[in-house]
Amino acid sequence: MTFDVTQIRADFPILQREVRPGVPVVYLDSTATAQKPLAVIQAMDDYYRRSNANIHRGVHTLAEEATALYEQAREKIARFINAPSARQIIYTRNTTESINLVAYSWARANLQPGDLVILTEMEHHSNLVPWHMLAMERDIRLEFIPVTENGLLDLEAYHKLLEQTPKLVAFTHMSNVLGTINPAAEIIRLAHQAGAVTLLDGAQSVPHFAVDVQALEVDFLAFSAHKMCGPTGIGVLYGKADLLEAMPPFLGGGDMIREVKLRSFKPNALPHKFEAGTPAIAEAIGFGAAIDYLSRVGMKNIAAHEHEITQYTLERLEEIPGVKLFGPSAEHKGGVAAFTLEGVHPHDVAQILDQDGIAVRAGHHCAQPLHEKFHIPATSRASFYLYSTKEEVDRLVDGIYKVKKYFG
Amino acid sequence: MDDLYREVIIEHYKNPSYRGYLDPHDYAFADSNPLCGDHIEITLRVDDQNRISQAAFQGHGCAISQASADLLLESIIGKPLEEVKHLDKDYVLDLLGLDLGPVRLKCALLSLKVLKAGVYGLGEAPDSLVE
Ligand SMILES: Cc1ncc(COP(=O)(O)O)c(C=O)c1O
Repeated sequence: MTFDVTQIRADFPILQREVRPGVPVVYLDSTATAQKPLAVIQAMDDYYRRSNANIHRGVHTLAEEATALYEQAREKIARFINAPSARQIIYTRNTTESINLVAYSWARANLQPGDLVILTEMEHHSNLVPWHMLAMERDIRLEFIPVTENGLLDLEAYHKLLEQTPKLVAFTHMSNVLGTINPAAEIIRLAHQAGAVTLLDGAQSVPHFAVDVQALEVDFLAFSAHKMCGPTGIGVLYGKADLLEAMPPFLGGGDMIREVKLRSFKPNALPHKFEAGTPAIAEAIGFGAAIDYLSRVGMKNIAAHEHEITQYTLERLEEIPGVKLFGPSAEHKGGVAAFTLEGVHPHDVAQILDQDGIAVRAGHHCAQPLHEKFHIPATSRASFYLYSTKEEVDRLVDGIYKVKKYFG
Repeated sequence: MDDLYREVIIEHYKNPSYRGYLDPHDYAFADSNPLCGDHIEITLRVDDQNRISQAAFQGHGCAISQASADLLLESIIGKPLEEVKHLDKDYVLDLLGLDLGPVRLKCALLSLKVLKAGVYGLGEAPDSLVE
């Protein structure tokens, strides 16, 4: 398929919206959550209109249909990340819950006091706080791969840390602030050589470029549907089969059991062992439709388009006096541009841009330690997806000049 | 919306009259808005009748939070300390001449929260102080 952004934009109803009369939305906040194409909205709508029923336990037609749709979505997701089998796709609520699942189930079964977990300085709070909580409970040690001045991981420091034989290396594939795309395959290979298990936070990578879990040899991968054109309320934990098999259940209840006695239970097989209670059925089906949509457009096309937009954005923003950009150059970077404007707080930047319908985010973007590292309380962040255009970047640049005029 | 950045606010943000730190002081208190990291520290001096004679703030944040701190301190000079305890949300909004959505309201009210927590001698500044 040839990539035509105008055609793509027509697939997204919200992009036709005006924020106020005569002011069309310029949505530059896809890193926080992506917009949804009509195909996804319709898949969920169809499900509720035609097939709504609880899954797995029913034998009636609706329950059969709902179960089939729910499980087909799992298979689509498995193919999308090249997982060996769909039973290695655990549905969760989001990336955060997926990471917590590893922290509660795998880590509590496998880590002892004094064991080392390696993280990085560019993690989202969702890959920090679960480990803080575990560290308080278990007395495990946390070390961090430093971030260099230009926004890359310091791999020399990582080599040194590996000499301390970590049990787990958990890191983000792509930073939601700097945009840095980390060399995941190399980090994982080195971790394995040191005997560590690896967890990859794919919240920002899986939506934006092809991620192949077998090529990466990663042990766990976490990601969220809502950042990849799917609905909120559903995410995935992928894991290697032997690890998932050996892990104790996380939440207890219906669906995750094979057999229950008054005083005991036997857990269900994968993936159901980790899916207690009625899941987000419509959302899983919507997720499947999102995968279909992204696959149709092609992840290579999406990555190439975003790269072009990012490069253009960096060029344009660098022209503006007083703008300081954070993160590496475009070659190491996904579709994120975090910046500060001299003399103006990021909140004020975002608020004034909003007057022209331009949606950017302001704050620490759930990465407070990273902002502390760069000695700034907050940044403004524009981020892109398959539907972003250079015209939107131009609107952003015009908007920033307007901010400068206000605060002149 | 354009009102949000009325000249008064930009002026108080860029050239605040009450920015600083009083040393010594009779009252001091600091707090942050955890959502956006805005931070404000207020110091006060009172006279022998417990009226506020001097006030200063320092910290960082957006135009709304910094301008409202400056306007707030300007407005309480000469007031009895006791009166500060009764200031509320509407008082600050009147000073700013603005109506704000829930997110920016937190920015605007941070300084009042800090001020009241200091005057009450509380260990922290709960939202309930300004509701
Ligand atoms: C890198 C990264 N990790 C994790 C998350 C958390 O995702 P969720 O809120 O969907 O759990 C985000 C979301 O912003 C992210 O950007």
